[in-house]
Amino acid sequence: MRAQYDKEHFRKHSLPTPFYPRMAELSQDSSWHCWKGYLSADYFENVELEYFAIRNACSVMDLSPMSKYRIRGQDAEAFFDRMVTRDMSKLKPGRVGYSVWCNDQGKVVDDGTIFRFGEHDYRLCAYERQYEWLMISSAGFDVDITDETEGVAALSVQGPTSFAVLSKMGLSGIETLKPFGIVHFPYHGGKLMVSRTGFTGDLGYELWVGGSKALTLWDELFEAGKHYGIRAIGTHALDIARIEAGFIQAGDDFTPANHTIRKDHDRSPFELGLGWLVHLDKPNFTGRRALIREKEKGSRYRLVKLDIDGNKPAHASYIFHGRKKVAGVVTSAVWSPTCKQNIAFASLEVAIDDPLNDLWAEIYYQRELQWNRVWQRCRVHDEPFWSPPRRRATPPGLF
Amino acid sequence: MTDRYDALIIGAGHNGLVCAAYLAKGGQKVLVLERSEQVGGAAITREFAPGFKVSACAHILHMLQPKIVRELKLKTHGLNLNGPPIETISLAADGNKLTICRYNIEGAEVSDTDKVAYTRFIKRMERHARALAPQLLKTPLRLANAGFGNVIKLAGMGWDIRFGLGKKRMRDFLRIIGMNIHDLLDEVFESEALKGALALDAVLGTAMEPRMPGTVVTYLYRLAGGLKSIPTLPMGGMGSVTVALADAATSFGAEIRTAALVETVLLEGGCAVGVVFAGGEEVRAPTIISNADPKTTFLKLVGARNLEAGLAHRISNLRTSGRAAKLHMALNSLPDFTGLEQDALGNRLVIAPSRKYLEHAFNHSKYGEFSAAPAMEITIPSLADPSLAPAGKHVLSAIVQYAPYDLKGGWDAQKDTFVERVVDVISAYAPDFRDKITTVECLTPVDIEREFGMTGGHWHHGELAIDQMFMMRPTYGTAQYRTPIDGLYLCGAGAHPGGFVMGAAGHNAAQAIIAGDK
Repeated sequence: MRAQYDKEHFRKHSLPTPFYPRMAELSQDSSWHCWKGYLSADYFENVELEYFAIRNACSVMDLSPMSKYRIRGQDAEAFFDRMVTRDMSKLKPGRVGYSVWCNDQGKVVDDGTIFRFGEHDYRLCAYERQYEWLMISSAGFDVDITDETEGVAALSVQGPTSFAVLSKMGLSGIETLKPFGIVHFPYHGGKLMVSRTGFTGDLGYELWVGGSKALTLWDELFEAGKHYGIRAIGTHALDIARIEAGFIQAGDDFTPANHTIRKDHDRSPFELGLGWLVHLDKPNFTGRRALIREKEKGSRYRLVKLDIDGNKPAHASYIFHGRKKVAGVVTSAVWSPTCKQNIAFASLEVAIDDPLNDLWAEIYYQRELQWNRVWQRCRVHDEPFWSPPRRRATPPGLF
Repeated sequence: MTDRYDALIIGAGHNGLVCAAYLAKGGQKVLVLERSEQVGGAAITREFAPGFKVSACAHILHMLQPKIVRELKLKTHGLNLNGPPIETISLAADGNKLTICRYNIEGAEVSDTDKVAYTRFIKRMERHARALAPQLLKTPLRLANAGFGNVIKLAGMGWDIRFGLGKKRMRDFLRIIGMNIHDLLDEVFESEALKGALALDAVLGTAMEPRMPGTVVTYLYRLAGGLKSIPTLPMGGMGSVTVALADAATSFGAEIRTAALVETVLLEGGCAVGVVFAGGEEVRAPTIISNADPKTTFLKLVGARNLEAGLAHRISNLRTSGRAAKLHMALNSLPDFTGLEQDALGNRLVIAPSRKYLEHAFNHSKYGEFSAAPAMEITIPSLADPSLAPAGKHVLSAIVQYAPYDLKGGWDAQKDTFVERVVDVISAYAPDFRDKITTVECLTPVDIEREFGMTGGHWHHGELAIDQMFMMRPTYGTAQYRTPIDGLYLCGAGAHPGGFVMGAAGHNAAQAIIAGDK
């Protein structure tokens, strides 16, 4: 599955992905960052335009740097069932499931999506590299684990017109694809896999193809989308959308447990508001004993969605209870252009009495190098800020 | 089947039997399950040639804890510790042997300075060992999630070291504890023969050589375990110890079932609730105690998939590769060791003429070869106990290092060459040795693994090195005998304080289980 690339690649800090030639043409400012060893665009032209492509038209983002692992073998289901917190016997072939996985201390190692292709054939996609943890978790299981990060190119096609674009591309039958479903198409002598998944909380798909077909896919997609407002986007625009959709991000909203050095700097699924993913009735999974203990004794933190007054994003702000006592800290914050709300995620200490009332953010912002500070009231928001019905509609609308 | 038993113990090795005896004494209904026909695990005496019997693994009793002998009344159950006390004699090819007693040494080549230095050195080391000794019969403390009890324990351990030793000696203890035995011996002695013999004590039964850091710890550990004992060859061989233990355990009401190979620990809802035998039969009990080594216990009996990933990983990373072989030889008469009188042959004879000799011997094992010139600990137990051999004949028992478990090319094809090598080495010290041999049995680590079920053929159930000691034995998270699997406990050499025929792990496990029941 190894893709061909320049043998001198090690002279560069980050590898180009298979879509790089097209993305480089579009990138106005050559603004890139390194995503686990690959070049990933911050933005191409303008973050706002790219964000509105997600919410009002069709956005295309290069997902190729996503860590992708193929897990095959007799014990693949049992392997996942022991590794992740969710009950994996419920994930049927042709479906995708989101889960977190923990270390023995019940702290989140990473989150990701698990694609079940067949009875004994899975793919795991995660933001962080997971090969070592997969190998550690595989002792005692008859599974074969392959890193497919390099060989599989992927695009995330998200937004209200994404369905129309894919239909126009000739992917017939895609109208019946339900959220978290997978469908395969023959594609120029190879295969194209489409999953109805994404990180925007909107109607959208992810397209998976062998690296050699990547540029063909890009070209056909943009050709099909030219009357549907299709636009390549970078991670800055995605970040706004994922906060609106209520999705947490490893490295922003929690530090993966295998990266934390200091005590209490890791987080359990309960502390990230992901208790719904934890199935303690399974007889064994990594972290179970610690999570049972946590359930009995209580968690240290809770992650909340906040609706904050004013329009200054509360980046890294302290959250105070009654403007006196520190209750926690903001992990992600943004002004939501669609909801017209100043939104944030915050990790609050559970020990604070009645922590969900009388919360205040102490927000610092800069004007011409001058720092200003405002106090803004915060309200806890239980639901995602953005979750339109079109996200789940099958067949989706032709917007 | 109903819960007829309070506890099942997997393995009737000496620790399993000690644990069974203490639990039964404490009123629990205990069943011990042994895969062999005979109790004792590796601490058995068995016939290897018609009329010739020998201790199958360890052959010198120097660490069996007197507290256990006393509390379990092992002497009334037939344990005979009246064998003559033995000293260590370091053999020299030229006959200039070195006799090492507990507090003094004798030898033509040894200077008066070294003789004085030896007495001082041993007293100094024994004082350090005394700071460690109290830990042997205690459950190791927990560092993570330490409760009040653990803080008290930590304070106690600190007290033993700080005030047990005093300021000056504590400073010395802390200075040498991380050192290697090679360098420490250089600070004290002149005679290389003496340094070689003492260095052997630090590396016997390990995968270490004298220049490796941590060999002072192993040396002190050995002293700590033997502070209150006099080394002896048990009458009737090592099997007499486990026979007495089995007798004691049954007298307290424990049951023992032999030829009962446990294949699986039965789990329900993540808890251990019983065992399944090779034939499929189940026995249930609320407490399951494994005397098997940690890898066998966790990876085979429980299964890695039934553990959480981190623990399974740590267990599979344990260093359990044995590097000591055991040789048994039937002799038609006593060999003539150069410079050694016949009545001295009943002692502990060691072949470790220098530290370099040990290092060279070890080097081969690093590359998957056995030593060209191996080091040895030799006994002729039939001298003190004539019942071990036919009249006038003798048994020689030798621990031979280094013989790596994972020998390049495998043991099957090379065992004979290895035995030849050992015979050659002994012949250098006893020229007529070859002619006396009638039968040879060689137990390589692979044989030891097969016969006694110890992973890697390591008779400590895992390397006894500082990173696998105390609260790290076998690994954190399961170092207090209780495992993360509810109802499952460890009581074997893989748990603190490790192997030797000490009985301490079995004793400590029983105390932890009894304390946990309250």
